[in-house]
Amino acid sequence: MEYFLQQLINGLTLGAIYGLIAIGYTMVYGIIGMINFAHGDVFMIGAFIAIIAFALVWTTGLASIPLAILLVLVVTMIFTAAYGWAVERIAYRPLRGSFRLAPLISAIGMSIFLQNYVQLLQGARIKPLPPLISGGVILTEGNGFAVQLNYTQMIIIVVTVLLMAAFTLVITRTALGRAQRACEQDRGMAALLGIDVDRTISLTFVMGAALAAVAGLMFALYYGVVDFFIGFLAGLKAFTAAVLGGIGSLPGAMLGGILIGLIEAFWSGYFSVEYKDVAAFSILVLVLIFRPTGLLGRPEVEKV
Amino acid sequence: MALAEPRPPAGMAILPVLRDALAAGFVALALALPMIGFETVDVSGGGLGLETRFGAVAVAVVTVMVGRIALSLIAHGAAVPVLAVSVTVTGFALYRAIGGDTVSGLVGVAAAVLSIRAAIAAWRGLPWPADARLVVPPAVVGLRRALPAAFLALALVFPFLPFVDQRVLDIAILVLTYVMLGWGLNIVVGLAGLLDLGYVAFYAVGAYTFGILADSAGFSFWMALPLGGLLAALFGILLGFPVLRLRGDYLAIVTLGFGEIIRIVLLNWYEVTGGPNGISSIPRPSFFGMPFRASANEGETTFADFFGLEFSPMHRVIFLYFIILAMALVVNAFTRRIRRMPVGRAWEALREDEIACRSLGINPTNTKLSAFAIGAGFAGFAGCFFAARQGFISPESFTFIESAVILAIVVLGGMGSQLGIVLAAIVLIGLPEFLRELNQFRMLAFGAGMVGIMVWRPLGLLAHREPTIRLHPPRGTESRGAEGRGAEGRGAGQ
Amino acid sequence: MTALLTVEHLTMRFGGLTAVDDLSFTAAAREITAIIGPNGAGKTTVFNCLTGFYKPTVGRLTLAHDGGTYLLEQLDGHCIAKDAKVARTFQNIRLFARMTVLENLIVAQHNRLMRASGYTLLGLFGHPRYARAEKEAVELARHWLERTRLTDLADWEAGNLPYGAQRRLEIARAMCTRPTLLCLDEPAAGLNPRESGELNHLLQAIRDEDGVGVLLIEHDMSVVMQISDHVVVLDYGRRIADGPPEAVRNDPAVIRAYLGEEEDEELPPEIVADLGGTP
Repeated sequence: MEYFLQQLINGLTLGAIYGLIAIGYTMVYGIIGMINFAHGDVFMIGAFIAIIAFALVWTTGLASIPLAILLVLVVTMIFTAAYGWAVERIAYRPLRGSFRLAPLISAIGMSIFLQNYVQLLQGARIKPLPPLISGGVILTEGNGFAVQLNYTQMIIIVVTVLLMAAFTLVITRTALGRAQRACEQDRGMAALLGIDVDRTISLTFVMGAALAAVAGLMFALYYGVVDFFIGFLAGLKAFTAAVLGGIGSLPGAMLGGILIGLIEAFWSGYFSVEYKDVAAFSILVLVLIFRPTGLLGRPEVEKV
Repeated sequence: MALAEPRPPAGMAILPVLRDALAAGFVALALALPMIGFETVDVSGGGLGLETRFGAVAVAVVTVMVGRIALSLIAHGAAVPVLAVSVTVTGFALYRAIGGDTVSGLVGVAAAVLSIRAAIAAWRGLPWPADARLVVPPAVVGLRRALPAAFLALALVFPFLPFVDQRVLDIAILVLTYVMLGWGLNIVVGLAGLLDLGYVAFYAVGAYTFGILADSAGFSFWMALPLGGLLAALFGILLGFPVLRLRGDYLAIVTLGFGEIIRIVLLNWYEVTGGPNGISSIPRPSFFGMPFRASANEGETTFADFFGLEFSPMHRVIFLYFIILAMALVVNAFTRRIRRMPVGRAWEALREDEIACRSLGINPTNTKLSAFAIGAGFAGFAGCFFAARQGFISPESFTFIESAVILAIVVLGGMGSQLGIVLAAIVLIGLPEFLRELNQFRMLAFGAGMVGIMVWRPLGLLAHREPTIRLHPPRGTESRGAEGRGAEGRGAGQ
Repeated sequence: MTALLTVEHLTMRFGGLTAVDDLSFTAAAREITAIIGPNGAGKTTVFNCLTGFYKPTVGRLTLAHDGGTYLLEQLDGHCIAKDAKVARTFQNIRLFARMTVLENLIVAQHNRLMRASGYTLLGLFGHPRYARAEKEAVELARHWLERTRLTDLADWEAGNLPYGAQRRLEIARAMCTRPTLLCLDEPAAGLNPRESGELNHLLQAIRDEDGVGVLLIEHDMSVVMQISDHVVVLDYGRRIADGPPEAVRNDPAVIRAYLGEEEDEELPPEIVADLGGTP
């Protein structure tokens, strides 16, 4: 029971990170109908910018850890968002209306480019982030096993919930959110009604990248290590989460993220760590075959 | 992009160009400042240190601004001078990059991509005959016909050329392996239009089939080869059957997942695959039972003895070269023939419009499955060869990057173009082997190249498609429709 | 008159929306049957049910010809063309754009060629049977190229053809499947009057010379009234009239559906003329 609880907490933390990345996939898919294959690498860049920002903050001798984290959060979101914007502008915008696989191939190219770009600039070795926050709360204890919710996990879950709430507000209440939903329904009509479609799509990428940056920061805090290859696996699992939740659906992305996090934690906890990725991929395959609309997605009617 | 804008009658406005360049420079600054400006370095005691590279940031920003201006120049018809300058810069920067200068390497890659762009624009801007852009000059048509024969002749005599030593021949074998893989994947991606991101899984199935059979049952290369291909094709059918009804991009991701599953299983199934250590001492192919060794075992005759030659390790390499050349040519001949079969035409039709295919009575699932299985089978054959050549296999050789490289070859060469794949394999695999110092920039250039090709020439560098059947004999000139459509399609598809 | 196609109680719902509601009609062999109706009346949905792109919620679609009787609602999409011999065109033209005109027509003969090539195996090794079958396929294609005036363009990429030629090619491609029923989804859309007149002749020839039943969705009343033998009018997914063109043209329910509910108002003469009547 205690072990189960601990895996549950670990799974939820992991799920929050996957969910934040998955939102980027699902928003982009919703608005331009493509899989932003490079999104996982934008997350990886976010993680790198986060550790660089932390290192910078230390050199200024800032003592307050909450303030430092907040500062790093803002800096990371801004600079990673620039990457999200640039990726869309360079690799995807010129391809709108090209043949249907072109954006995906371009995205794969972008993903390869970003990985090697970071590897060249920051080195191939694992980058450590010394633990900033130690300690936690012991929830229950029994059978010689203590269930711990550490402060990093708390921060991750709290920040994710706050961001999700803010984000939902943006989508449902603001003009930008309305423009996004309009572009999702019918891009041509939205343009005729005076919505700047290019700008809306750009902002979608910027928002997705900013959330991925938060996920990157949390990943760095949680695992304490970052390398140029983390985007591939995390991206693939987050994509799985988006599909599982129903691609195009924001609550679906979060739900899917949490489910994937839980599955991974329990699979590693009870079966085998080696095959945890196989579990995630198998779920992806099964969902796509048996329920391609995911848990919360709308069915697509084939237009003839 | 300024591509679609009509060319102004004379000159160009300076101000908008500068404004664009400044905006691009600003974005470049935001991108470069964190990632280029600071380098994370290990410090003793496990902490994290930073070193600054602000000079490099300045170089990056200037590069982007100059690049932006160059793109504007190209759009205004000055492609040829831009091409000349960018090629020079590419050469110079890569020369410096060989010395280990990362920033020069990045500049070099950027300049190389710009060169591609300028070359495409210059090619389009050539003074074509006035009647239409739809006509290709006869010289180009003639070259296109003669080139494959010339390549074939060169490939046949290549091992005996004076400058070819073992290292060069090894590289040629590697290039040919990728040509074969590219031609195999081309059936799936180029003809049938199915984006397969897990192609390397079938390559792995072929390699491990031979590895395991040789290890446990003493199979020789020639016994394992057909089995490797068949088993890979079978895997293709097993995977394809449930997933081929998925939409194109979902299919891509599922095949990617499948490729990773295979790799993870190979990595963890110690009893059979040897785990991360792989399988070693896989036997080399023999020449009709005659091994390539200095001295024969009991009851054997070596190749050199039989032909009365002095033993040389080159014999085996040359033999391997001809094996892979023959295998690749078989794939090529097969593809050329099957394009004229109903199933080949159905593949291309499916790529163009699946719904129309259904309305004509074509079974989409079976048709896709056949392409998938055949492509997988060829990868299996190539995998067997790979195992035989290396003598050692491990899961490391079958990562996603490998699939991406093969896909890049197909995409850059021009999907569906057999010759384009050969050229792309030579450029992407062969050249970096000779310039090993530049190896670290290779994947960077791959990625940038894939984006650039999709943006500027989505049908690939050699996008020509030869019709499989004609009603009228060709008239020396022919339709250049495919290339025209590349530009039009962008607007029309909206 | 024998019924080639019998539609009984066809109903198609999408979620809460009923696109086609309890529709029954028949289409005869060697006749042109037109389905007309205002936008959103469910015409294309009927086509999609007939050609297997949608599975009807309720209903039976029977196709009977010399080759047998088929229940279309139970067949897989591609079998409707392959076995039941129903061919169709699309409202938004769907050609194989990067293949040539001739290749488009050869692909349409896929199943016949597939058998002749021994499911590729014999053909791959150059069996003469496949060469013969391919020659026959080219001859059939040439026949339809001539009848659609596309012979000179045979080696063009289909995507580069002018619009009217693309429409004709789609009909030629459908005819190359040797259908017994040809379903055309707005074949005159976007054609100029001259092209539209040519289309009328082509369709009449397909009916009279080739003996193929034609089922037609059309907005262009001149086409419908001139060539169809039988008109079915839909509105909001229901059949509101069914009969020969002259009868339908004067049916008050049809006029209401097209022009709105104000029954008292006299129709402006030019609209009556448009409908093909005399004011």
